[in-house]
Amino acid sequence: MAVAELTKELSQMAHPHEQAPQPDAAGAAPADAPEPGAPTVIVDDLHIVYRVYGAASAAEKGNAANALMRIVRRQGRPQMKEVHAVKGVSFVARHGDAIGIIGRNGSGKSTLLRAIAGLLPPHKGSVYTNGQPSLLGVNAALMKELTGERNIVLGCYAMGMSPTQVKERYDEIVEFSGIGEFVQFPMSTYSSGMGARLRFAIASAKVHNVLLIDEALATGDRDFKRKSQERIHQMRDEAGTVFLVAHNLDVIEETCNRVIWLHKGQIKMDGDPQTVLAAYNS
Amino acid sequence: MSQPESAVADSRAGDRAGGSSPSGKESLSALAERHGLRRAIARPSLPVYVRQLWDRRHFVLTYATSRNVSKYSDSALGQLWQVLTPLLNAGVYYLMFGVIMGQRKDLTNYTAFLITGVFVYGYTQRSVTGGAKSISGNLSLIRALHFPRAALPLAYTIQEFQQLAISMGVLFVIVLVTGESLTWLWLLIPFALLLQTIFNVGLSLLLARVGAFVRDMNQLLPFILRTWLYTSGVFYSIPARMKDQPEWARFLLEFNPPSVFIDLMRHLVLNSYPKDLAAHQFPHSTLPQLWLYAGFWAAVALIGGFWYFWRAEERYGRG
Repeated sequence: MAVAELTKELSQMAHPHEQAPQPDAAGAAPADAPEPGAPTVIVDDLHIVYRVYGAASAAEKGNAANALMRIVRRQGRPQMKEVHAVKGVSFVARHGDAIGIIGRNGSGKSTLLRAIAGLLPPHKGSVYTNGQPSLLGVNAALMKELTGERNIVLGCYAMGMSPTQVKERYDEIVEFSGIGEFVQFPMSTYSSGMGARLRFAIASAKVHNVLLIDEALATGDRDFKRKSQERIHQMRDEAGTVFLVAHNLDVIEETCNRVIWLHKGQIKMDGDPQTVLAAYNS
Repeated sequence: MSQPESAVADSRAGDRAGGSSPSGKESLSALAERHGLRRAIARPSLPVYVRQLWDRRHFVLTYATSRNVSKYSDSALGQLWQVLTPLLNAGVYYLMFGVIMGQRKDLTNYTAFLITGVFVYGYTQRSVTGGAKSISGNLSLIRALHFPRAALPLAYTIQEFQQLAISMGVLFVIVLVTGESLTWLWLLIPFALLLQTIFNVGLSLLLARVGAFVRDMNQLLPFILRTWLYTSGVFYSIPARMKDQPEWARFLLEFNPPSVFIDLMRHLVLNSYPKDLAAHQFPHSTLPQLWLYAGFWAAVALIGGFWYFWRAEERYGRG
């Protein structure tokens, strides 16, 4: 899979001289950070409950008579299921932290990121942040029927950029995406790699305060992977705190100074990468 | 829907002072307060919210235009459909109510009368339908990016406004071709459209919240809107129909918001319409009265809809 390729690429590009700092579990920041140790994100006993619609049970069979019987018997809306995705997570992230979040599929990693970004309301507990954390992802705002040009403008506005910022960044986005004259064609005509490159170029055009990176982010050919990896490093330097969700543990080990292991919506372990990854792998 | 979630969370966070924080010394909420961190999900105050929405005006406009462009992008005629759709609509209704059902004796220019009603009602109808889906149909966008959620129903209404602007061009041609003349009253058309747009924004904000939490709304809405269509005097003249009925019954029908906007537009665009009403001595609301009603509905819908939508701001996207 392309994502896996990216993460592999990231690990191959490891800079041996850029050894990630290894602080204690409380998450002290590297000494050269402007405001070392100041909390940027505090997650306090966070619970996230999703409501999922359309998940009819096997007994339901989704026919009208059964649905009516349900209502008559006052069993509530049958197609609605509640998913308790995050169950009481607490931690403090500090300035200069690059925190990797690991865990199996469905352990609540992406949900946690969205909650930190302030996009999913907590069921219980709260998330305190310094400034507005942003999720690196703009895909949902783009329309595949539109040209790359229009999508760049639309995506930039969706991320909250001003018209002057969009003008400034436009050429850079086109150049970074490397899609050339295809920018004038609808995105539906792009190959999957080209689409991913443009999306990543748009998403990464904005300067972020607290940056949240979900792994399903960048794909593309070898060249672009290197470019996007450099861009992620650059963004990590610019942002005060970075959260990174990835399945490829090498990337986490190389990029992060702290790792949180989520298991079934709860923190199973929180500490320096070597300890946590060793436990996760065993 | 009873209590804002953040308020509940607030009280709980207060209760667990000295709870199980990693530091073990102070509660996480106290730590957050000491460092000036704010809750990630907190509803901004109404003035702040309005300012945030204003800051996103470029997004709202671009999003509306983009939706309009993408709507017809896979058809061969492309953007021409923006004109063809209202034309064909007018044609179908003319065939149905003008030709098959026969012309009306009491209305000189039934074609223009009908098409004005269809276009004006269609604007409100599509704004409401779009508004009801604007949150529930864009959950992935809401879960990925941060912006005042009112931007979405607003963008849907503006998208419909852009469509309507083209429809109005078609309407003016039809009206002039069918024998109406250009009058000074036409200068007031933008104000009538402005009031209707304000009303539509308010109503679509209201339905955006309802549609976000009551999933069945999108199934029910077409029936509600069709009933509303038949009671709004699109196909018939309310003053003509209600001439033998009590005064209050006529007022009730005429005060119905879509009827107000439709009649307002007819008074402005069709100079034969007021003459018809006068010639048959149908009791009817006068033009100043219609302006008053329109202003009333615009104000009520916008203030009520905006406030109602804003009250649930932090809960959109949960499901």
